[in-house]
Amino acid sequence: MNMPVKSVTTHESPQDVKPGAVEPVEIDIRNVSLSFGATEVLKGIDLKIEPGEFFAFLGPSGSGKSTLLRAIAGFGPTPKGQILLGGQDVVGMAPWKRNVGMVFQSYALWPHMSVARNVAFGLDERRVPKAETERRVKAALEMVGMSQYAERYPSQLSGGQQQRVALARTIVVEPRVLLLDEPLSNLDANLRVQMRQDLLKLQRRLGITTIFVTHDQEEANTICDRIAVMADGVVQQVGRPDDVYDTPANAFVASFLGTANVLEGSVRKEAGGSVFVLHSGIALPCAENASPGAGKLVLRPQSISFGGSSENGLKGTVMSAEFLGGMIRYAIDVAGQTLLVDEVHTRGHGRRKAGEQVSLKVRHQEGVLIGG
Amino acid sequence: MTTAALRRPALNMSVGPYLAAGLVVLFLGAFLVVPVLKVIQVAFQDPATGGFTLVNFQDFFASTLFRQSFYNSVYVAGMSVVIASAIALPLAYFTTRFNFSGSVIIQTLAFVPLIMPPFIGAVAMQLLFGANGSVNLILRDYFGITIPFMKGLNGVIFVQSLHYFPFILINLSASLRNIDRSMEEAAQMLGSSGVRMFRRIVFPLAMPGYIAGASLVFVKVFDDLGTPLLLNVNTMLAPQAYLRISSVGISDPMGYVISCILIVFSIFAMWVSFLGMRGKDYSTTQKGGGGLSRRDLTRREAVLCYIVVLMILALVLAPHLGLLLLSFGTVWSFGVLPDGFTVEHYETALTSAWGFIQNTLLYAGLAGLIDIIIGTAIAYLVLRTNIIGRKWLDYMAVSALAVPGVVLGIGYLRVFYGVEMPVTGQPLATWWGIIVIALAVRRLPYALRSCTAALQQISPALEEAAENLGASKLRTVRRVVVPLMVSGLVAGFVTSFATAAVELSATIMLVASEKDAPLAYGLYLFMQSAAGRGPGAALGIMAVIIVGLATYLSHRLVENARHNQATTANQGGGH
Repeated sequence: MNMPVKSVTTHESPQDVKPGAVEPVEIDIRNVSLSFGATEVLKGIDLKIEPGEFFAFLGPSGSGKSTLLRAIAGFGPTPKGQILLGGQDVVGMAPWKRNVGMVFQSYALWPHMSVARNVAFGLDERRVPKAETERRVKAALEMVGMSQYAERYPSQLSGGQQQRVALARTIVVEPRVLLLDEPLSNLDANLRVQMRQDLLKLQRRLGITTIFVTHDQEEANTICDRIAVMADGVVQQVGRPDDVYDTPANAFVASFLGTANVLEGSVRKEAGGSVFVLHSGIALPCAENASPGAGKLVLRPQSISFGGSSENGLKGTVMSAEFLGGMIRYAIDVAGQTLLVDEVHTRGHGRRKAGEQVSLKVRHQEGVLIGG
Repeated sequence: MTTAALRRPALNMSVGPYLAAGLVVLFLGAFLVVPVLKVIQVAFQDPATGGFTLVNFQDFFASTLFRQSFYNSVYVAGMSVVIASAIALPLAYFTTRFNFSGSVIIQTLAFVPLIMPPFIGAVAMQLLFGANGSVNLILRDYFGITIPFMKGLNGVIFVQSLHYFPFILINLSASLRNIDRSMEEAAQMLGSSGVRMFRRIVFPLAMPGYIAGASLVFVKVFDDLGTPLLLNVNTMLAPQAYLRISSVGISDPMGYVISCILIVFSIFAMWVSFLGMRGKDYSTTQKGGGGLSRRDLTRREAVLCYIVVLMILALVLAPHLGLLLLSFGTVWSFGVLPDGFTVEHYETALTSAWGFIQNTLLYAGLAGLIDIIIGTAIAYLVLRTNIIGRKWLDYMAVSALAVPGVVLGIGYLRVFYGVEMPVTGQPLATWWGIIVIALAVRRLPYALRSCTAALQQISPALEEAAENLGASKLRTVRRVVVPLMVSGLVAGFVTSFATAAVELSATIMLVASEKDAPLAYGLYLFMQSAAGRGPGAALGIMAVIIVGLATYLSHRLVENARHNQATTANQGGGH
């Protein structure tokens, strides 16, 4: 992957795209709703994706993330609302007129065409002269490291190679935006890690506005600039991965991104500030300026540690332990409330036994209050 | 996704499978391989000296009659493919690409060739579309023209293509449906649409299905004996073979030469279909697949579609309709409709043809039974054991597809005429049991496919679970495998039964006396005379009802089984 694919010559494209449209564009989704029959799949989505941004739609299956992506590409039923690509509303426009690049989950390489023919397809449709087509196909294949496979057929390629060809086929036409629909889901674990780094490098090199659909929070967190967490056809939260992780907007986001203790109780003002009191009567530290009332407290397992002092320490009993490699995750019973607590695993140290009495300490300022 | 299905439980038995395989090989060897090899051998044998010679083939091509027959057969088969394609293409396109409520009707057409072999309707078609048939009478009265639908070879082409086009329709539709939606979407995303996209993406991807269907139609028409015989077109290969053997005798080499040509064309067509399919399994196995995208029709388009579909439907059902009219008509000659109506023909048919019906139920039933026993044995040996050469069992059974009925009939006559029955001393070739065996061998590939499909749906884990809980191999098969396969087995039986019940080409060669004859042969006899047509048609209608019911039954069983399995299967085993 070492050569930018931007062409030097301009060509007449069938799209309403002006020359220079390869400059990164903004994607502005305004109040987009969509139904399959009686089922509402998207419920008034508003999202603004900056030019050149690597953006993720993250959510469980059925959350509407793929439907939204397909709506941007022009597939599926026509949604209500507006989808602006670089200021142009594309709702109702035929897919072949949008100049939007999409890499399909199944790759959708045409089995009756060689790799080179697959990649050249979009250029043929744009009536690009033969010599230029050849040059650009070569450049695109080089960019994804597939030059030596140009004459192969898709069935002769591995999943990872097919993925690269699908990418080359999409970027060779210099689309306005790049849409990736669960692009890594058909690859095995090791290749997935490698491929996501390659994707990131490619995106940075092209500078193209990119949307990445995934249900895997790790994929989204590692490579995307910002993510939109989706559930039930609604955007739950938008932000940088670490911000969303640290300050989840609701219980769904908290649990979907990593593991969280979501505890029910209420905020009470005390002399030293605010505390969060669980139903069991246990008091936990929380933000100073929290307003009193019922709510939920999100505590990550790593925000709780063993060996608290007697005054603010919690007494508990070890129920079970899961060895996760770098750390051990304990389930601790504290007055009837189960808390997940992570402890860094060091060589030679065994794990705590079930039934062992422990005291715990919650680090200040790490609990996040969320609404009911 | 196939790794789990192909996993074989480790075997700790040794003699059982080999014994079963041995019996299957013995059966297929005696009743398929030997007769066919004998036919080929005789074709290359000097009738006088018994030495190897090509002189028979020289004689064949030196004769004007045989050359003409050869050209006619190729021409009729080729034209039938062309006409059948012209009918099937628009139908396949409508049903797979549009949300079109006529799709159900069209899909039902797919069963027409299974329900009634073309020769049954051939005579009725003569009355509807012949020179003095209903359609031409109307055309002459109103437009002053006639169309020679049924004149000579035209008649054979017309009847065959109307009958066999569903084979193209089924295969092409399946191909079109297997094209993943994303294949089209990817093309659209890259700027392609309309006719151009159809030509560059959809059509090439559907090609293997079309070729498979078209080559099947070619072979079926090329080999068919009944239709040309009943339309009185004798200058084609299969009728010539039959006439030579039945009039000149089983020592005349021309029948064998024709048999060789029929086999060569069968194999050639199978090879073409194989070439078309090779390396072109275009169905998507990745996650995220979906069918071809469909769109709604506008009002005008819908009306147009319905007109086309209804016209085709009328044509396709014409033989059935004609047969029905004929079976209830008193006299039907030089009239658009019969002069009057009666149920007399059914009485005649039931009294004088009751023997035929009984024979048919017996023969087809036994043949179906033999088929599922052998089919299950082969399927199990191939899928679940490691015995050496197990694939060859499969190939051997399926090779029956390349053997036309006429050829098998001739082979049986030649090989088994000299073999005497143990008690009666009658030649084996004239025993009614040999008809059953011929039917069983010819239908085995279909039954085998049902058995294999049924077994493939059963995860080996289910068997392993039984063995893990202490069941022996044999008990596992009996308590787990067979009960789970049962609907597939019944479907296989019914398919064999239904198609065997109306098979004519091998039967016609092997029927030694009228009291042993099955329904198809009886029908042929009745249709020979003008007086017999009415009862013949009544018999045909009864055959259609028997076969139609059986086909419906098997269809329901397969659907139910699929429905039940869909809820339990595919858990574990991965993709």
